[in-house]
Amino acid sequence: MTSKFATLALGLAVGLAGIGLGASGASAQATLNNIKQKGFLQCGSNTGLAGFGVPDAQGNWTGLDVDYCRAVAAAIFNDPTKARFTPLAAKDRFTALQSGEVDVLIRNTTWTMSRDTALGLTFTGVNYYDGQGFMVRKKLGVASAKELNGASICTQQGTTTELNLADYFRANNMKYEVVAFATSDETFKAYDTGRCDAFTTDASGLYSERLRASAPDDHIVLPEIISKEPLGPAVRKGDAQWADVVKWTHNVLLTAEELGVTKANVDQMLKSDNPEIKRLLGVEGSFGESIGLTKDWAVRIIKGVGNYGEIFDRNVGEGSRLKIKRGLNALWNKGGLQFAAPIR
Amino acid sequence: MSSIVRAPEPARASFVNDPRVRGIAYQVVLVVVVVGLIWMAATNAIENLRAAKIASGFGFLDSTSGFDVSQTLIPYSASSTYGRAFLVGLLNTLLVAAIGVVLATILGFLIGIARLSSNWIVARAATVYVEVIRNLPLLLQLLFWYIAVLRSLPEPRNSVTVGTSFFLNNRGLFMPKPVLAEDVWMVGAALVAGVAAALVYAVRAHRRQAATGQPSPVIRATLGLVLGLPLLVWAALALATTNPISFDFPLKGTFNLRGGMQVFPELVALTLGLTIYTAAFIAEIVRAGILAVSRGQTEASHALGLRQGQTLRLVVIPQAMRVIIPPLTSQYLNLTKNSSLAVVIGYPDLVQVFMGTVLNQTGQAIECVAITMAVYLTISIATASFMNWYNARKALVER
Repeated sequence: MTSKFATLALGLAVGLAGIGLGASGASAQATLNNIKQKGFLQCGSNTGLAGFGVPDAQGNWTGLDVDYCRAVAAAIFNDPTKARFTPLAAKDRFTALQSGEVDVLIRNTTWTMSRDTALGLTFTGVNYYDGQGFMVRKKLGVASAKELNGASICTQQGTTTELNLADYFRANNMKYEVVAFATSDETFKAYDTGRCDAFTTDASGLYSERLRASAPDDHIVLPEIISKEPLGPAVRKGDAQWADVVKWTHNVLLTAEELGVTKANVDQMLKSDNPEIKRLLGVEGSFGESIGLTKDWAVRIIKGVGNYGEIFDRNVGEGSRLKIKRGLNALWNKGGLQFAAPIR
Repeated sequence: MSSIVRAPEPARASFVNDPRVRGIAYQVVLVVVVVGLIWMAATNAIENLRAAKIASGFGFLDSTSGFDVSQTLIPYSASSTYGRAFLVGLLNTLLVAAIGVVLATILGFLIGIARLSSNWIVARAATVYVEVIRNLPLLLQLLFWYIAVLRSLPEPRNSVTVGTSFFLNNRGLFMPKPVLAEDVWMVGAALVAGVAAALVYAVRAHRRQAATGQPSPVIRATLGLVLGLPLLVWAALALATTNPISFDFPLKGTFNLRGGMQVFPELVALTLGLTIYTAAFIAEIVRAGILAVSRGQTEASHALGLRQGQTLRLVVIPQAMRVIIPPLTSQYLNLTKNSSLAVVIGYPDLVQVFMGTVLNQTGQAIECVAITMAVYLTISIATASFMNWYNARKALVER
């Protein structure tokens, strides 16, 4: 009898302890410490979007979002390879971040008010200014999105795309038939097979997906951009220090491009007389330490992945197959919108 | 004062050692622990959601959804609520489950009986069907049917035309949509009356055959009553006033046909996949059921002069049903739950609409998952109760 009671008591204790642990784990304030302890950064990334986040046959990830994740890993560990990637479908991404499955979500995710306020997320900046567009088959003879009345349109569910689409057709008093799929892969395959007249996603995604079409030259991207899509990294709400790390990594990448600090010349730049460069690279001040990192955190980032311009160029710009122009994503002093908060 | 001296009660064992008291004590402790754990988990989740600044509660069901759904059985648009979107998804799930259950039962019975056929080719073909289909994952089969359906159908501009108003292309099957006028209720009433009359006739015919041994033309009479009566009323109405049922014909538009009624390829692919997959299992259940009926029953029936078809229908299957019904129930439940794989081929079922889009737009995972689980549980328990009732009716009456 005593043994039975003992078993029961033990079971009860274990159960309660489990719940207790769950509580303390979910409201942890120290994401950065956890990451340092486990020795790697867990990033939520796209399941496969060329230029932004895509694994190759060997499982090596490349892309603009992926490099952002590597930049954060480099800032913490002085090693950009200490980033691991969890591929997430659009509809699963926020749950994965909320539940702590990933430390940071860098997955071409649009910054919206409801996501920033009701989902328990904090967006830390905009690493790509985008807008939603349409792709159609050339032979349809459609030249504008305004001519899409009555079309069937393939889209990915759980995205702002799905909502903008409804808004656009309602505002222009046009009818359409939506076919929504869980992943970008399934969505594009259905379009390519002929299920839909048009395929819609962010403009960057259109160029990236077109490369996967069975005959890329048979498709055109329509000129209309029907929405504003500021894409950026997001972290869980309630850990200001961790949000700062991700936010200021972004600002370092932009500032480095603005000041001409590159992966190749960062060591020489350490000897620069320019006070802005001195502050950026930690020669003066201790900005890294104020967010729980080291003084040379920016040097680590730039040595690891280069500056914003370099990341853009090799993943989606002229150095890549996508050949996307800088456009809105050029620095503010070159006609774009990328404007870093100063490091001082 | 009574003079009867009572035997002294046996010395009571210690209260703690009383097995009854102990049993109750254990149950009480268990209930307290279980309820306590659930309560703690719930309050913990609520506190954590609040701490993480994640919205909670069921208020979101009244907010505007802002997204569209292709196949809706009830009026729905982007300005409807999330609650309405939930209903749309639920009805789509019920639709595909209902069609799937009926078709899978028919196909499964045919294949199961075919496996026992004395015709070598028929029996082998049925065996090959069962072994191939039930050994391939359902997900692969769904993707196969979706791609197969899409690839084999022409583009809208080269639609296959059947007659003048039926069109088939890779956007689906288009057919005339009946538009009902106000006095259509008379046709409906005629249909109800026809069904009732047919039932009465069938019961009478059964009694007559039991009493006199003379069969009646039940099938012909049923067809006449159920189809003939409403058609007569319709014709009378059309001649007397205006046609109570007119049709909205699909017409060619810029991209696709407009108007009419559209059956989406997603629905076709999902129904095909679920039906063909589940039928393979039902076929085996039917075969097992038939084999469970002793061979002597068939021989006795033949000796009485019943033909092969009659033997199967009147003697073997009714007895086989007792073995078939319980596992058949499981297959119906499987089919309903498997319909949630719709998400990979873009069919807007409950999981796709509610656990996909709504969950993501609102971020209220716990609420959405809980509602969805409750719905599947309700559907499954309802199906199971019905089948258990049916089973009890068909079971051997023991005296």
